[in-house]
Amino acid sequence: MVLNSIDFSVKPGEVSVLVGPSGAGKSTLLRCINGLERLDSGTVEIDGEVLEYKEKPLNHMREHVGMVFQQFNLFPHLTALENVTLAPQIVSGLDAKSARERGVSILERVGLGDKISSYPSALSGGQQQRVAIARALAMEPKLMLFDEPTSALDPELVGEVLQVMRQLADDGMTMVIVTHEMRFARQVADTVTLLADGGIAESGPPSEVLDNPQTERAQAFLRQISEH
Amino acid sequence: MEFIEAFIRSAPIFGQGLLITLALTGLTIVFSVILGLIVLGMKVSRFRPLNWLANTYLAIVRGMPLIALLFVIYFGIVSIIRVDAFTAATIGLSVHTSAYMAEIFRSGLSSVPKGQTEAARSLGMSRVQTLRKVVSPQALRVVVPALANQAILSLKDSSVAAFITVEELFLTAQRLSAASFQPLTFYTIVSIYYLAVVGIMTLVAQRVERYYGKRG
Repeated sequence: MVLNSIDFSVKPGEVSVLVGPSGAGKSTLLRCINGLERLDSGTVEIDGEVLEYKEKPLNHMREHVGMVFQQFNLFPHLTALENVTLAPQIVSGLDAKSARERGVSILERVGLGDKISSYPSALSGGQQQRVAIARALAMEPKLMLFDEPTSALDPELVGEVLQVMRQLADDGMTMVIVTHEMRFARQVADTVTLLADGGIAESGPPSEVLDNPQTERAQAFLRQISEH
Repeated sequence: MEFIEAFIRSAPIFGQGLLITLALTGLTIVFSVILGLIVLGMKVSRFRPLNWLANTYLAIVRGMPLIALLFVIYFGIVSIIRVDAFTAATIGLSVHTSAYMAEIFRSGLSSVPKGQTEAARSLGMSRVQTLRKVVSPQALRVVVPALANQAILSLKDSSVAAFITVEELFLTAQRLSAASFQPLTFYTIVSIYYLAVVGIMTLVAQRVERYYGKRG
């Protein structure tokens, strides 16, 4: 996917939702923010620091930017709690006891206090995604990135994940979310950015972008999704 | 009856051969895993000359019959320094097996989905931490059946060491059959020893596989 002349920013505490047709470059833009995709030109700046692709500064930046994937990507050989405590221990150097306390409390926060010893294979998709969110939160990120977090879920499991994300938004977490959940975008987003053909078609508050789009590309996209 | 008698009478001498076969096989497995990992590390390194070196090594080792490789190493080393046949056999078998070990580990690593690495890296883990804590444990599980199979192959391959005079099981059978003019008897007996050890190794492998299969 090729993105061109993108000018995109998120303020602290803001929830920014990226929408658009598949192939528009939403996920690519999201993955550029934490360096999973590299820019050919231009810069990414997080909390006043320009993103570098050298191993050390890249790892350091990623400690503070959480990412949640469409396919969860939980570590299958570790329990829910171990998934959550691994990075705080080996990356942040937290001792086992503190990591465990932090892990348990975060898993409780996402409603999985009774599943801490379960392996991912024993959890439903919705539960797995909530563990994945907890895993990212355990690093105490300044920014959370969500790459279509509910797209791989059965419809009846979408709600529990959105619920956790809504809670996070209410708690003031800075979030960038790629999603097809328009109702969620309308309720939670401060800004909705519509991408099309590798560029930004329109950006603004949800009421403007989703209800009263100005550009033709935005209108075409919204017509398409309202048809189903 | 005669066969059983021969079996019992030859047991002490075959026992000594068996110990040497087991030692040879055990050392081969240990060294070939270490060597295989080093070769794999070179093969996936970003430093081109190392890739080239690893590929050449693999092409040569895999392209040569084990017995030819063993003879070249044995007579090659003997011409430089004095080593005993057992050491030469250990080196030869380890080199031979390392090529297959490298391939087994490579297939294990590539079986782990890319999303696992991305998730680990997104949490700030370094390349080495990702490999150690996330990718390797998953790769190891995939690789257990192939490793068990390779271990069994190594046991059988160790019989080739007889041809450079290592006093292991097969050479014991050769000596006994030559001395007694009863080749069928002693080659049958030695086959029973190999089958028994392979049987035990298979059982252990199944146990290990089941253990790894339980979780995740």
